[in-house]
Amino acid sequence: MSIRTEPVTMNVGPIHPSTHGVFRMRVTFDGEEIIDVEPVIGYLHRGSEKLAEERTYTQVVTLTDRMDYVASMTNNQSYILSVEKLAGITPSPRGVWLRMIASELQRIASHAVANGFLINDLGAWHTPLLYMLREREKILEMFEMLCGARITNSYLRPGGVFMDAPDQFWPALNRFLDEMPHRIDDIENLLSTNEIVLIRTQNVGVLKKDECLNASITGPVLRASGVDWDLRHKNPYDYYDQISFSRPLGEIGDNHDRFLVRIFEMRESLKILRQCIENIQPGPVRPKEVPFLVRPPKGDSYVPIESPKGELGFYLVSDGGVSPFRCHVRAPSFINLTLLREMVLGDKIADLFVTFGSLDVNMGEVDR
Amino acid sequence: MNTVMDSVVFKFIYCHLVSSNECVDSFRILGSGFISEKYSIIGFLITSLILILILINGALVGVLALIWGERRLIGRFQARLGPNRWGPWGIFTPVADAIKVMFKEDISPRLSDKFVFVLAPVLMVIPVLMIFAVIPFGKATFLTDLNVGVLFILAITSTNTLSVLMAGWGSGNRYGIIGGLRAVAMLLSYEIPMALAAVGVILMAGSLSIIKVIESQTIPFAIFQPLGFLTFLIAATAELNRSPFDITEAESELIAGYMTEYSSMKFGLFFLGEFMATIAASAVIVCLFLGGWRGPEIIPSHFWFLIKWILMICVFIWFRATFPRLRVDQIMELAWKALFELTLINILAVAILMLIWPDPTILELWIMTGINWIIFFVSLWIFGKLLGPKPEQKDGVSRKIVLQK
Repeated sequence: MSIRTEPVTMNVGPIHPSTHGVFRMRVTFDGEEIIDVEPVIGYLHRGSEKLAEERTYTQVVTLTDRMDYVASMTNNQSYILSVEKLAGITPSPRGVWLRMIASELQRIASHAVANGFLINDLGAWHTPLLYMLREREKILEMFEMLCGARITNSYLRPGGVFMDAPDQFWPALNRFLDEMPHRIDDIENLLSTNEIVLIRTQNVGVLKKDECLNASITGPVLRASGVDWDLRHKNPYDYYDQISFSRPLGEIGDNHDRFLVRIFEMRESLKILRQCIENIQPGPVRPKEVPFLVRPPKGDSYVPIESPKGELGFYLVSDGGVSPFRCHVRAPSFINLTLLREMVLGDKIADLFVTFGSLDVNMGEVDR
Repeated sequence: MNTVMDSVVFKFIYCHLVSSNECVDSFRILGSGFISEKYSIIGFLITSLILILILINGALVGVLALIWGERRLIGRFQARLGPNRWGPWGIFTPVADAIKVMFKEDISPRLSDKFVFVLAPVLMVIPVLMIFAVIPFGKATFLTDLNVGVLFILAITSTNTLSVLMAGWGSGNRYGIIGGLRAVAMLLSYEIPMALAAVGVILMAGSLSIIKVIESQTIPFAIFQPLGFLTFLIAATAELNRSPFDITEAESELIAGYMTEYSSMKFGLFFLGEFMATIAASAVIVCLFLGGWRGPEIIPSHFWFLIKWILMICVFIWFRATFPRLRVDQIMELAWKALFELTLINILAVAILMLIWPDPTILELWIMTGINWIIFFVSLWIFGKLLGPKPEQKDGVSRKIVLQK
């Protein structure tokens, strides 16, 4: 005897505990099995790209903060690099080292949030998440020392950063570098040997190498599938060519690989931070000759960087005025989201949220 | 079998009301009662009502204490303080919560099936209260000693399946329906290992009466038959819908599952029922496996019961703070492929041992315990090999991630 079943379509989001913002999915499922997913985006669209055309080059920095709001330092960095290339500004060395420190700290914070929320999506009642947020809190406190803001930093300026690090920043950073490896070990011991985590994440949401390349997926998601592509290494910006670090690569490209790749990348970021502290020299953080009102010559520029989510780049077109003629953002979250449907088809409902969490998308960046 | 007149608390109240010859031996307060023995049925009824009042209010206060304790303890697990604003150490937080819940607007969705929708939360609470009727809280302190006590508990706890299904169906919400249907599948599956794990206890005690079960525990059954204890604990956690089996309300998937559409005191009743179920299940586990009120007679038996009870509740809180959730198919797999067989092995082992030593001395009991522990480790090892993560995946941590220089 067979029981008559029929598929049910359900709206997940835009208000839902696990959609990490205002993402909406129209999910069709048969029993517990997903047979169709249709992502619906646009609930957080603020028109940042258009707003950028009305502001001066320095003012746009504040808009970039609000795109990927858990990684604003790297957003700043990507935008500033683009402006510097457009206007032909040579940044001062101390400013560059400072912004590299800021962006690596931001990478740790972003990965901590990504992994914490991934485990929360697995149903771990906030405990690992709060352990991760506790570490992020220390980073946010350091950001507060650097620029007075915790999340929407706007720390970077064309030519470097707007303010030198205060004296109490360096001891705090050193303490963080001493403590953090143990914290990462803790969270790895707690979760990567937990059998429930293993059976929930292994071989779920698999992304093959060629699928990733076809969909131009970047960042930890791509590296978890085994492609060695890190823009800090392939196309070094700032002073990343003076720094040695390794790239963790996964093999299968399942949720567990993505989780582990982020953990390992946090360790590599700590290594980079140590080298930055060794290399930084006293000096101005911003060249005196760079004006506050930048007027780049006619032309366009695009400098991709490796943000915590993937390849992030600002395409800027200048008509010689004080504000960009056109600004377009290549947002990694948006492009990484494109394969969600293929990843979850045939899985159970519970896997949908875990896979979505493992992609680490940020709705502020998807909708801009 | 003990009658209700054997209960110390009952007798104490009854003898203050009724002047009866029965009271002379135990309390020497004959004559203090104002009801003559002719109308003792009135005294009986009044005493029962007082006891019911004490028990229900005790359970409610217990829930408040548990809410506070759970939030404080989970706060500590998660490296934060927990509620600490209302009263010393925040002990009035659950009271504030209760007041808030009562004053919230009571919303019923237009698509809901009103009768089922309203009935579901009530059905959640009442059966749990009934469990307390058969729990002995100390030596000769009980409401009733049913000769089918264990069976009664198993039967009563299974009614909450119905309540969850009614809530999910009645609220007319798709999250609710998924939660309700998941609950039916899971709770029905886990009742079988739960009942079978209790069979091991019943075999040893030779009775279904809870008091007989406690009296037969020279060695607590948790130590005597670890396999039965483990399976009963896991099955009880699943029956309580607590983490890692909380797929029915699965916050990160189904928002709140079957409770999604409930608000105000209806939600409060679900909350109450759930927390009361945790308390009741802990009491049942203490009675069946941890020796109930038995313990060295340094402190009164009631305190032994209370200590074990609180420890058991803390174990449940600990589970909730640590484990991620299992997926629905993995939960069914665990019930049918592992727990079911493990309980059968336990029953077989206990039965054979009882056949060899029908009337064991204390030394023989310890030998039986040792054999049970060997069976425990061997069977867990075998089932771990069969059902756990595959060996080539197990050491994935260092093997799979390549560091590209």
